[in-house]
Amino acid sequence: MAVINKDVVIIGGGPAGLAAAVELNKQGISDIVILEREKQLGGILRQCIHDGFGLTRFKQTLSGPEYSQRFINQVEELQIEYITETTVIDITPDKKVIAASQNGLLEYQAKAVVLTMGCRERTRGAISIPGTRPAGVYNAGVAQAYINLHNTMVGKEVVILGSGDIGMIMARRMTLEGAKVKAVFEILPYPSGLPRNIEQCLNDYDIPLYLSHTVTNIRGRSRLEGVVVSEVDEQLKPIPGTEKEYACDTLILSVGLIPENELSLACGVELDPRTKGAIVDENYQTTTDGVFAAGNVLHVHDLVDFVSLEAEALARSVAGYIKASRLDNCDIAITTDVNISHTIPQKISGFNDCKLSLRVRKPMKNCEIEIIQNDAIIKTVNLKKAIPAEMIQIKLDKTELQAVGEIRVVVR
Amino acid sequence: MKKEYTCIVCPNGCEVEAEIEGVQVIDVTGAGCKKGKEYVEQELTDPQRNIATSMLVENGILPLVSVRLTKPVPKARIFDVIQAVKQIKIAAPVKIEQVVIENILGLGSDVIATKNVYTK
Repeated sequence: MAVINKDVVIIGGGPAGLAAAVELNKQGISDIVILEREKQLGGILRQCIHDGFGLTRFKQTLSGPEYSQRFINQVEELQIEYITETTVIDITPDKKVIAASQNGLLEYQAKAVVLTMGCRERTRGAISIPGTRPAGVYNAGVAQAYINLHNTMVGKEVVILGSGDIGMIMARRMTLEGAKVKAVFEILPYPSGLPRNIEQCLNDYDIPLYLSHTVTNIRGRSRLEGVVVSEVDEQLKPIPGTEKEYACDTLILSVGLIPENELSLACGVELDPRTKGAIVDENYQTTTDGVFAAGNVLHVHDLVDFVSLEAEALARSVAGYIKASRLDNCDIAITTDVNISHTIPQKISGFNDCKLSLRVRKPMKNCEIEIIQNDAIIKTVNLKKAIPAEMIQIKLDKTELQAVGEIRVVVR
Repeated sequence: MKKEYTCIVCPNGCEVEAEIEGVQVIDVTGAGCKKGKEYVEQELTDPQRNIATSMLVENGILPLVSVRLTKPVPKARIFDVIQAVKQIKIAAPVKIEQVVIENILGLGSDVIATKNVYTK
């Protein structure tokens, strides 16, 4: 097997990989390849046919396929190499990439590897719902693929567990396709998805949303016949005596997304248990030299616009790395208080402008986020509201930063 | 009368509190931009939505092409629009942004394809 040398190998041709490829090309790095396991580029956006994408990036509202096509068109125009139906099966710490393609095994030696594999859905097994194992229990994204790509309707009477955005979007989609969506149940006392989706996907179609409720039993032999729903207490434990049965042939799970990092682990990338994605510095470089990550493989985003912007920032760093074969050391750690779930990046140099992405752990009103270094508040951001469903981004100017001293992010 | 709205114009989803008299919006608070007031006014008089669905494709590499409207339509007509789109089968190839139904149901909005579907 002849080794193919590349400046950059990009793993995954979804929104992050596409944006990274285009920006790398613009930065003068053209010896690159995108490896995509599906038949077509575009990633999850291929099945996200609803509109609402692109307001930040393109100042207009587009459907998912239109949004990704804009990047695919640029990839074609710039003649960036991509190979579809090709699954990367291993990445080594010295940046060898092994892929299974239609033409057999491919081996690349990259100067830099870009991880843009996206995320996958949490399943029934991950949240341990008791009961039988009938057909009719789907993850929201799986149901979305059946309906929007394969022209296969998944059921008629539907209950949705989890108020993630995909679950709510599927509630609307299935209603438009003639199904009866009986209710959405959310275990937490607040919704997981964006307020606009509660409005335009649930309220518009009179689909009730019950907070602090979860599915505690699944009934049915070959096909789902019904689910039992219980209220939960403050510790999220089902309250005995509150059980209610809902007859349905379909249960849709929208219970969270997990960055897809098996390949990252293979090349020695250290993960952050909070994001389940890589620990990165301000350059989006992971703990493995020359391996970079952005998009949903790094941390789950709510808006694709921010995935593209993050991947473009990554590409500028990768270009710098290829040209100079190193980047500034990033030794300043960023820590958070209990009400902030995480930050991306987790480390910065202190010498450059950077952007922090973070989420609050619970809904807050009229709060202040403070960035503190060496006991001094270097930045304060006032927010009218902050909710876990919405990622918050804060720009830090290099003039505000010191070269030494841990940074702490707190919310009050 | 005070009424609360979640603005759906952009992902910010501002919680807008509106002071309303009949169909007249006297004042809004909580909106991050001027579109918040426009949204409430529209909701009061004639709520409109843009919708996305799929259309059957003949002889394409995919069985469906995703479509959307070029302009929002009255909320009450959403199901009529979906049904009208369902009646039609289009032959591949379908090109992104191609108008697949002009002026659907006379509502002043076109249905356009939102992806390329090549011939099988």
